[in-house]
Amino acid sequence: MTTRTSLLHHRGQRRWIFWPLLALLAALPPLLTAIGLEFYVGVASRVLIFAIAASSLNLILGFGGLVSFGHAAFVGLGAYTVGILMDAGVASAFVAWPAAMLVSGLAAALIGAVSLRTRGVYFIMITLAFAQMFYYLMVSLKAYGGEDGLPLPARSALAGFDLKDDANFYWVALALFAAVMLGLQRLVNSPFGWLLQGAKENETRIGATGGRVFALQWQAFVLAGAIAGLAGALLANLNGLVTPHLMHWSQSGQLMVMVIIGGAGALWGGTLGAAVLLLLEELLSGYTLHWQMALGLVLLAVVLFAPRGLAGLWRRARHG
Amino acid sequence: MDWILVAEQALNGLQFGLMLFLLAAGLTLVFGIMDMINLAHGSLYMVGAYLAAAVAAATGSFLLAIVAALAGTAAFGMLLETVLLRRLYQRDHLSQVLATFALILILNEGVRMIWGAQPVMLNTPAVLSGPVELLPGLMYPAYRLLIIAVGLAVAGLLYLLVTRTRWGMWVRAGASNRAMATAMGVNIRWLFTAVFGFGAALCALAGSLLGPLLAVQVGMGESILILAFVVIVIGGIGSIRGALVGALLVGLVDTCSRTLLPALLRQLASPEVASNLGPALASILIYVLMAAVLFWKPQGLFPARG
Amino acid sequence: MAEQALLSVQHLVKRFGALAATDDASFEVRAGEVHALIGPNGAGKTTLIHQISGAMLSDAGTVHFGGQDLTRLGMAQRVQAGLVRSYQITSIFKRFSVLDNLVLAVQARRPGLPSWWRAALRDEAAYAQAQGLLARIGLGAQADRVAGGLAHGEQRQLEVGLALAAKPRLLLLDEPMAGMGPDESERMVALLQQLKAEGLTLLLVEHDMDAVFRLADRISTLVFGRVIASGTPDEIRAHPEVKKAYLGDEETEAAL
Repeated sequence: MTTRTSLLHHRGQRRWIFWPLLALLAALPPLLTAIGLEFYVGVASRVLIFAIAASSLNLILGFGGLVSFGHAAFVGLGAYTVGILMDAGVASAFVAWPAAMLVSGLAAALIGAVSLRTRGVYFIMITLAFAQMFYYLMVSLKAYGGEDGLPLPARSALAGFDLKDDANFYWVALALFAAVMLGLQRLVNSPFGWLLQGAKENETRIGATGGRVFALQWQAFVLAGAIAGLAGALLANLNGLVTPHLMHWSQSGQLMVMVIIGGAGALWGGTLGAAVLLLLEELLSGYTLHWQMALGLVLLAVVLFAPRGLAGLWRRARHG
Repeated sequence: MDWILVAEQALNGLQFGLMLFLLAAGLTLVFGIMDMINLAHGSLYMVGAYLAAAVAAATGSFLLAIVAALAGTAAFGMLLETVLLRRLYQRDHLSQVLATFALILILNEGVRMIWGAQPVMLNTPAVLSGPVELLPGLMYPAYRLLIIAVGLAVAGLLYLLVTRTRWGMWVRAGASNRAMATAMGVNIRWLFTAVFGFGAALCALAGSLLGPLLAVQVGMGESILILAFVVIVIGGIGSIRGALVGALLVGLVDTCSRTLLPALLRQLASPEVASNLGPALASILIYVLMAAVLFWKPQGLFPARG
Repeated sequence: MAEQALLSVQHLVKRFGALAATDDASFEVRAGEVHALIGPNGAGKTTLIHQISGAMLSDAGTVHFGGQDLTRLGMAQRVQAGLVRSYQITSIFKRFSVLDNLVLAVQARRPGLPSWWRAALRDEAAYAQAQGLLARIGLGAQADRVAGGLAHGEQRQLEVGLALAAKPRLLLLDEPMAGMGPDESERMVALLQQLKAEGLTLLLVEHDMDAVFRLADRISTLVFGRVIASGTPDEIRAHPEVKKAYLGDEETEAAL
């Protein structure tokens, strides 16, 4: 119908790549089990969870231009919601997981309302500060384990679908991941998404033409927080433990690293980055005790030589 | 309220604040002049502490250890600047955050490879290990008094350097308007390297002085780095004066609240509330302080930039 | 004559510390006219523009537009009311194409919250409007070019186009001719005359006296934050205060 193109539009993969790929991913557990590598189903689940978290950060950082250094707080809040609810006897995923999103979204609404009035390094610092506040709060709440954290006696109950089984959990994570990515694709290609990208490019102009920049950014911030909360809920289940460390600024840093390695502002940036970083960690820690050194060097190389991340390299390769 | 406790805490706060100032001064200069967010600043503090510990263990002389730490870290810092960090000046803040975050990983692991994962010993010099009676009833460790003295001396020295020397004038010019400073013929590249090296030396001084009090271990830079950033945001980016005021404020608030706040809460509420809420409130108080300052003065207390 | 005033600025004051950048400024712009605001350097024209457009709130005085009191409203609300400005320093979306620039502006202008769900690429209404604007500002041939790659004059044209996308009833143009050579200025003057012919009200801040005297129906002169004279070009040319204010400025004197 239309051959329109625009830099603002982010085409997902073509139908004949996406669905087969999804099917392949769905078939991963039995495939891995068949070659005796069931352990990696858990790793794959972790990758999916961080892909969700990193993609949510990509929305505000890559597409919105908001360098939030406190995003891990929302992941942690989601995780703690699930943990605390389970501690109080509420184990149903249908209650706990939406609750996690609600709590994180609410926190993001409050934090965003204050932080989005600042710009530049002040925004970075104030988002960091808020995350630190939550971190210290949870460290000092002995009722929920303090520094040692809150263990989860079981995984969330999903109406008969036993999440204790790694493969089941993986499929649920995969389904949620696919839903988040489809939603994200829809969002960044909508007028909202275009205006958000426009505000990243030239905030004054959007405002001068009648757009409400603060409203745009705040809504994106809340949504990103809620999605991060979902990732947190899943992470709590995967780890079986919720600790304040989830909210530590180094975790926020790690999320940012994922976004930039994958490609900030590219649709699959968060996913690529999460996959590469986590798999790299797995790989390197198997080889050497000093894998953090290798990781640091890789990251440095990416920042210096591939500033648009892997997605950028991919795009450069395709367009010559 | 026991006034001796209060006085002690105030002195501790002063001591911590002055050490924070050493870190914040270097950080605010780098940020103010080169417009670069350097997360690895805390790693320089760590490197300084480790160098001091190594030389102290090898020679038995605390003084020699400090000198070695200063010289070694300054040299290391300048090397880092010329080889790597100057490529980041033109980049956006996000790239700087990530590159220096990578540097933290590399330096942490590097230190771990050289000195192992266990904390290293750095001992208080024997001559200063006893207490001093400042006022009747108020005993205070001599070593901490030394730190306060050194801190005040450096603050004074920095003040003189920045306001009375040509170097200081260039630095102030660079902090408020880099383009203008270049146009006026200041050799920007050398200035940047020198500023960075100087900042690294300050970090090393803080690291070696605090080494005997806090543990010398991998990752010691991160927690103090956050505080240093809070200090410069409160004080105003690019301003040494702001760094001092901010550091003293943060040092005092952080130190005093940790002991005084739970004590205060115990008088008002139940013991469990006090023991739970007290430390939590104390930790977040500085962030609340930062948010409050930013609310009234979005550019910090003494912004250097026009 | 008050009923015909589309924009009425009364006794505006803006202080920066001890300096009163705007010192009891008052003037009116009538519907359908081209009104120029001139004044020597340092007169406070930019500050005044900021207060009219809503980028800055005044310390005292009022801004009335189409009968509505806009004084305490922010920029987005003034834009929705029809008071739109363009910028002296070109403020476009450099990374995106010319067409994308206009589509973004059209989407930004829509009242209410932007949709999270519809595909922007298939927003026919927005694209139609953008194409229309493209034709109006004469950049049809450059539709797919990256805006950052346009010549300076073309970028200024796009700047006007973006302002037009906001559906202005009054267009506030902050030095549209800035940095332009003679050919580009001609094109811009032609564009502005075309807009005037379409019935749009224009408030022009400009140094280029040639253009001012060709375009303006009425002129207001701003000196030290105060409007010292308001009238037709002939009246202004003959005004003793205006001549005094520009004393020493040879180019302007010649034009006057």
